[in-house]
Amino acid sequence: MPLYHTDDQSLLRDTARDFVAEHAPVSHLRSLRDANDTTGFSRDLWREFATLGFTGILIPEAQGGLGLGHVEAGIVLEEIGRNLSPSPFLTTAIAAVEALKGTAQADRWFPGILAGKAVAALAIDEGRKHNARITLKAERAGNGYRLTGSKQFVHHGHAADLLLVAAQTDAGTALFAVPASATGLTADPERLADSSIAARLTFDGVQVDADAVIGEGDAALTRLLAAARTGASAELVGVGGATLDMTIGYLKQRKQFGAVIGSFQALQHRAAHLYSELEVARAAVLKAQQLLDTGENAAQAVALAKAMTGLATTLAVQEGIQMHGGIGMTDEYDLGFYMKRARVLAELFGDTNFHADALAQAAGY
Amino acid sequence: MSDLDQFRQETRTWLEENCPPTMRTPMRSEKDATWGGRNPEYAHPDQKLWLDRMAERGWTVPDWPTQYGGGGLTPGETKILREELARIRARNPLNSFGISMLGPALLKYATEEQKLEHLPKIARGEIRWCQGYSEPNAGSDLAGLQTSAEDAGDHFIVNGQKVWTSYADKADWIFCLVRTDKSSKQGGISFVLFDMASEGVSIKPILLISGNSPFCETFFDNVKVPKANLVGELNKGWDVAKYLLGHEREMISGMGLGAGSDPLLDAARKGADPLLRAQIALFQVRSQAFKAMSERFIDELKAGHAHPAQPSMMKYYGTELNKTRHELLMAAGGSDALEWESERSHGGAAARTWLRTKANSIEGGTSEIQLNIIAKRILDLPS
Repeated sequence: MPLYHTDDQSLLRDTARDFVAEHAPVSHLRSLRDANDTTGFSRDLWREFATLGFTGILIPEAQGGLGLGHVEAGIVLEEIGRNLSPSPFLTTAIAAVEALKGTAQADRWFPGILAGKAVAALAIDEGRKHNARITLKAERAGNGYRLTGSKQFVHHGHAADLLLVAAQTDAGTALFAVPASATGLTADPERLADSSIAARLTFDGVQVDADAVIGEGDAALTRLLAAARTGASAELVGVGGATLDMTIGYLKQRKQFGAVIGSFQALQHRAAHLYSELEVARAAVLKAQQLLDTGENAAQAVALAKAMTGLATTLAVQEGIQMHGGIGMTDEYDLGFYMKRARVLAELFGDTNFHADALAQAAGY
Repeated sequence: MSDLDQFRQETRTWLEENCPPTMRTPMRSEKDATWGGRNPEYAHPDQKLWLDRMAERGWTVPDWPTQYGGGGLTPGETKILREELARIRARNPLNSFGISMLGPALLKYATEEQKLEHLPKIARGEIRWCQGYSEPNAGSDLAGLQTSAEDAGDHFIVNGQKVWTSYADKADWIFCLVRTDKSSKQGGISFVLFDMASEGVSIKPILLISGNSPFCETFFDNVKVPKANLVGELNKGWDVAKYLLGHEREMISGMGLGAGSDPLLDAARKGADPLLRAQIALFQVRSQAFKAMSERFIDELKAGHAHPAQPSMMKYYGTELNKTRHELLMAAGGSDALEWESERSHGGAAARTWLRTKANSIEGGTSEIQLNIIAKRILDLPS
């Protein structure tokens, strides 16, 4: 399969680009923040996503979705990244759908997701850094399980209808689909640097039925994380790409010493280097998406995509502010939002160091 | 089974039967590379066997048309062949500036007669080519070149000097930029081909910091070049030169990929301190991502989607990676990697290669020139 977008995929990108830029540009994020919004995203916008079919992008056609793949999902995510659109799209339509697909819980949750009503959140992390060790305990109780422990960095955790929870049973890791209404579950929402809201969750003996288990062993969690990491990588490409575009635009317009600063070689070289890093990152992401879609072993490609986009987009936002100068430091200018989102996405589902280490271990060192 | 799946099966079977086991082992030093030419050097007889078998099928240049010695493969088939060769870690059957640089330029700009004359010999590795581009006063500012070609009826008389001519001392023919009009800088350059055995050609290898002499000074003293050897139009050689440079940059960027089994990973597996391990791991992120970028670039190129200046990005990124790779290899190798002559070190292969890579970001246009090109032609930044 050639490593570029097909004509259909390019068409989807045009649709997604127009839609997201019109309905959820950076000013949308800014207005939510300025209104001290406590949901973290707009439910109206989520329903609009559903109208276009985006919430069902990964849901099989037989179940009412678009039946598309991770390449297509990534196209939408890149536009979300370009516009910093607050949305539960990544956690719900990508990660949760991927985890629920083919399980008994799919029938219960897919209709709500397709309608743009249901929102899902991912309760994975337990410490300040993403880690493979899961300690939240799931003990056999009655005809189901009782969950005890805590989670953090759970985007939309306070607003979600469904929580996908990684837990430790006697038999090993398992993934649970827990309705947010379950007794004993408390969510403390915290605003993060990028104005998104992530919850700290406490599970105080939360009772769930046996059918809440949607996967046992590492496989289910791995599948969910592969989708989530690849999605976050695509979003990072969008954040980095938009930052580069803004910066190039500024270099062509800002004048000093009687010339546009984009004519200065010192800045041209920085911009050209940044462009190169972002192109390389983009290729790594597309590779991971294609491998996920063809069902080949994508583990290393996914780790690579997340590690590389972390490097490239972190560079993009730093160079973006430096090349903008003082204006880039002001709240009034959008660039700061890009820097903040890049930091959050770089941390999400494992940062560059985490994935570089995973790749090193896979390569035997 | 689709046609491509069938092609993969057949290719795999053929390679299994025809690629000698010795040609699936990593090259120990530059001496193991096959370059062909009138006076070929083979460190192992299987090199010739492997070259001949591949050339027979046109697979030294799989995507060239068959009438020019190529395999006539589609982009999809070429990609599969490349993947299958990589799968068995096969050595390159033929290293050749004729394949990677001159061939594409001839395919685009040469007359049918010139193509039929030169391309099949390139494909079979019968003629080894060198590149006459840089001059003592024309490096990054290549179009400032002064080597002249004067009109003498049915031929040109070439006078001047080239420098950094890779393997000029081993090459049979040269593709050379010459000045045919002094009144216009870029518009006074022509692209000619001639035999290095011609009267008036002399060569002086340059001893480099690696202790090797891959580059030469090349002098032309009244060299007669038939006009039939002009490629493209008179004074339009700069177009050919730039087109060829794109391919040269593509080839050099390939160095960023490493080849066969990765010696850096082998070194890391033997045990590296935590800081070096971390540096290698982060390097591998860029290196592996660049591999995906190369795949994307080639796919886009074949489909005609690639930006014409994209080879500059590939060249810049690939060569900077390669320099870093060899810094890390030296750090991992410690004092073993410092041995310069011993048999154990294959004659100082690690250290000499490390030093050789320092030229990667200079030759074929420096990194800074590539960044200029990216800035102006891709990012559209003003002069």
